[in-house]
Amino acid sequence: MVKRLAVGAHYGLRDWLAQRVTATVMAIYTVYMVVRVLSLPAFDNAAWRVLMSGSFTKFASFLFALALFYHAWVGVRDIWMDYVKPLSVRLILHVMTLLALVGYAGWVATILWRL
Amino acid sequence: MARCLGSVNGVKGVSMAETAVKKERPKHLNLAQIRLPLPGYVSILHRVSGVGLFLCLPVLIALFGASLGSAEELECYRATMAYSVLGLPVVKLLLLGLLWAYLHHFCAGIRFLLLDMHVGVELPRARASAWVVMGVSLVLTVVLGVLTW
Ligand code: HEM
Repeated sequence: MVKRLAVGAHYGLRDWLAQRVTATVMAIYTVYMVVRVLSLPAFDNAAWRVLMSGSFTKFASFLFALALFYHAWVGVRDIWMDYVKPLSVRLILHVMTLLALVGYAGWVATILWRL
Repeated sequence: MARCLGSVNGVKGVSMAETAVKKERPKHLNLAQIRLPLPGYVSILHRVSGVGLFLCLPVLIALFGASLGSAEELECYRATMAYSVLGLPVVKLLLLGLLWAYLHHFCAGIRFLLLDMHVGVELPRARASAWVVMGVSLVLTVVLGVLTW
């Protein structure tokens, strides 16, 4: 039987798949935004603000942020599992990573919806 | 520590099959002695860039927020310490490092996604795409760096 650890891997395809789905979302967003930025009338603060205040751009940007945080959670957790062996330290690092990422998501939301 | 165990194979009277089982595989645990093929570097740099981006997320989000400030807010930023620090060459280099990290992670990530779908897994093509990843991300970093410095 597989010995299950509270801070071990999730023994399945889910996270592996989630990391790839989120990576695809971010890649598409990146290309989309590069095109949008390159077609701006001017490269200044005003044009940039207009671009980012469009409701589709906000929606897409928030989706990108969520994808990024889920992606980074899976990726960074894998890295802690590779290099940090004591379970207590690993647990603390996992929790800190998760808390930081949830906080960042809120931060990005306030930036986007302040516009 | 690298040890040469090749001579074990030369022992007389031992069949190839037996030596294959008995032979201790050389272990190269000294990072400085490990010579990776290029795709190996693409892979480790993908991890390094991922960690770098993760650690710098607060900086990136703060810059993103500041870039979206109103005209008056930008005026206020220009008077702050943080803004003058941004102009320092070291800081600019650091930001260029982050740009490279994103570009490399992006290109290498797409390469991995394609490899996962069994696209370009043959060695010559996998090598070629590793060169493309390294080349495209470095060249774009330099070009964007020159344009925005
Ligand atoms: C367009 C954007 C991105 C793409 C296409 C992408 C792609 C990928 C892929 C395919 C993996 C899995 C690699 C593997 O399992 O071998 C991965 C891992 C990872 N990504 Fe991303 N990524 C992107 C953005 C980001 C960003 C912005 C961050 C940072 C916050 C990040 C952090 C990580 C980390 C830490 C890992 C784990 C690396 C490892 O286990 O070696 N990624 N990425």
